[in-house]
Amino acid sequence: MQFKSHARTLAIALSLALIAGCSSTGGSRDGSMDGTRADGGVGTGTAGAGQVSGTGVSGDRAGQQADGRIPDVRTIYFDFDRDTIRSEFESVLVAHARYLRSNGNARVVLQGHTDERGTREYNMALGERRANSVKRFLEVQGVSPSQLQVVSYGEERLAVRGNGEDAHAQNRRVVFAY
Amino acid sequence: MKALMTIWLSAMLLLFSSLAQANLTIEITRGSDRATPIAIVPFSADGESLPEDVAQIISDNLERSGYFAPLPRNAMYDRPSSGDEVRYGQWRALDVRYLVVGQVSRGADGYRIRYELMDVSGQRRMLGESVSAGSNELRSGAHYVSDQIFEAITGIRGAFSTRIAYVTAQGVDQDMQFGLYVADADGHNSQQVLNSREPILSPVWSPDGRKLAYVSFETERPAIYVQDVGTGQRAQVASFDGINGAPAWSPDGRRLAMTLSKDGQPDIYIMDVGSRNLERITNNSSIDTEPAWAPDGRSLIFTSDRSGGPQIYRYSFGSGQTERLTFTGNYNARGRLSPDGEALFLIHRSNNGFQVARQDLGSGRLVVISETRSDESPSVAPNGTMVIFATQQGNSGVLGAVSADGRASYRLPSARGDVREPAWSPFLN
Repeated sequence: MQFKSHARTLAIALSLALIAGCSSTGGSRDGSMDGTRADGGVGTGTAGAGQVSGTGVSGDRAGQQADGRIPDVRTIYFDFDRDTIRSEFESVLVAHARYLRSNGNARVVLQGHTDERGTREYNMALGERRANSVKRFLEVQGVSPSQLQVVSYGEERLAVRGNGEDAHAQNRRVVFAY
Repeated sequence: MKALMTIWLSAMLLLFSSLAQANLTIEITRGSDRATPIAIVPFSADGESLPEDVAQIISDNLERSGYFAPLPRNAMYDRPSSGDEVRYGQWRALDVRYLVVGQVSRGADGYRIRYELMDVSGQRRMLGESVSAGSNELRSGAHYVSDQIFEAITGIRGAFSTRIAYVTAQGVDQDMQFGLYVADADGHNSQQVLNSREPILSPVWSPDGRKLAYVSFETERPAIYVQDVGTGQRAQVASFDGINGAPAWSPDGRRLAMTLSKDGQPDIYIMDVGSRNLERITNNSSIDTEPAWAPDGRSLIFTSDRSGGPQIYRYSFGSGQTERLTFTGNYNARGRLSPDGEALFLIHRSNNGFQVARQDLGSGRLVVISETRSDESPSVAPNGTMVIFATQQGNSGVLGAVSADGRASYRLPSARGDVREPAWSPFLN
C-alpha cells in the first residue's frame, strides 16, 4: 500500500516534471525561507488542517465519488515553504480531475492562499504558485486548461485568525471554487 | 483587449460618507531620548469654547515626530499668549529650549490663529504669523502651524499636513468586509473611499496627491484601479490574467509600475497611464514584485526570489542592469526608498520576526528600527523623518509609525477590525 502510494507519487512527479518543462516553480515560502517551523509535526500533519474543510471526508473516499457530483473535499493544504501537493491530497485532486473530465462544461477557480507571515504582494505570488501547482496536476490528469482558472488571494482571506502554527497550517491552502 | 478596456465606474457605486468614519487614535510607544524640550502653551481663545485644542494638536504632532519632547501642561506656571508676555527666565528654569504661544479668535468665516515661536536661550522670536482657517479647518490650521514650527527649528519641511490611506478589514475567509480610507496623518478626519466584500490592498498615492492606485478583488479577481480621491471618479487600468498587483507611480505621475503574471511568473511591468501601453521590465522564472521608483525616476527597486529567498534588487533604466541591494538575512521585501534616495526601508526577517528595517545604501548596513514583530507595508513620510507600517497588537492589525532613526515610535489603533496597508501621501501644499 505504501509502496503503491509512493510509486504513484513518483509517477505523478515525473509527469509533472515533463509538463512543467522549464517553468521553475521554486517553492512556496509563506514569507519565511529557512523553515523555522515551531512544530515539526505540523508540516505533514493534517489533523488540524483537515478539519477546516468541515467535511471530514478523507481523500480516499473523495476519490470514490460518482463522476456526476462535485467532490466534497474542496480544500487542500500545503506544508510551510512548499507548493508541492501532499500525497494525502492526491486522491482529492484525482477526484476533481475525474469530475472535470466527465463534465466538460464545468469550470473551477483554484484559489491559492498563504498564511499571514511576510509581505502581502509577495504572498500573492506565493499563493499563485500553489494554485498553479494544483492546476498543473489537474492538467496532467487530462483536465482541459480552459476549465481551470487560477486566482491567488495571498494572505487576504485567512481561513483562521491567529499567530500560532495551527492557524498558519489552516491558511496555507488551495480551494476549489466551482 | 478586454483587459485593456477602461471601465469608468460611477461614483454612485462608491460609498462616500462622512458618517463612515474610522478614525485612528494615537498612542506614543517610545519617545526619543534626543528629543528637544519645547513648551506649547495653551492658546488663548477670548473665553470662547473652541471645537479643537490647537496647542494640543501642535504639541501632539511635535511629540509624535520624535524630534520634540513637549512640556506637560501641568508643569507650566505661566500661560503667556503673545511673545511680549513671555518671561524667559521661567522657561529656562524648566529647561525648555523653545516656546510656542498663541491665540485663536473667531472671525466671520472661521478662525484666526496667531502664533509665535520663541527661542528661550536666545530670548528672541524666531517666527510669528497670523493664519486664517475656515470653520471646519481648525485642525488643518494647527497642522500648518506645526509644519512651520518644525521647519523653523529642524530645517526639515514638516509633514503634519499630509494624509494617509489605509485599508480596514473585518471577518475571515468568505465573510469579510474591506474598506479603503483616507485620513489626516494623525488619523483624524477619516473618510471612506471604497467599500467591498472582496480584498483591497496596496493603495499608493499619485505624486500630486490627488489619486490613489490600488488593487481590488471586486470582480472576484485582482485588478488595479486608479481613483481620484476628491471626485471619486475611478478607472480600472489593469485586469490581465493572473496577478495584477503592487502598483507604484513614477515620480512624474505618468506611469505605473506593477506586477503582472499574465506571461507566467509574476514580473514587473510599466504601464503608461495615458495610453495603457505596457513595457516589460523583468523576465524570468522567479517571483518579481513590489516595485517602487527611486525619487529621481532613474531606477526601480523590487522584491525578487531569484536567489532563493526574497531580496531587494534595483533595475536601472539607463543601463538596463539589475543589481542586488540586500544581503543581510534571508528575507528582505517590500522596499521603499527615502525621499533623498539614500536609505532603503523594507521588511526584514530577523530572529524576532518580520520587522521594519532601514538599510543605508552607501554603507549597505541594515538596522532594524521597529520594536514590533509582525510588520508589513512600510511607507515613508514625504520628508523622510517617519515610516508608517502595518503591524499586530494582540490579534488585531494596527498601524505603527517609527522615526527613520528608530528612536521614536507610535501606534494608530482602530476602534474595531484590522487596519493595514498604510500609504503616506506626498506633500499636499
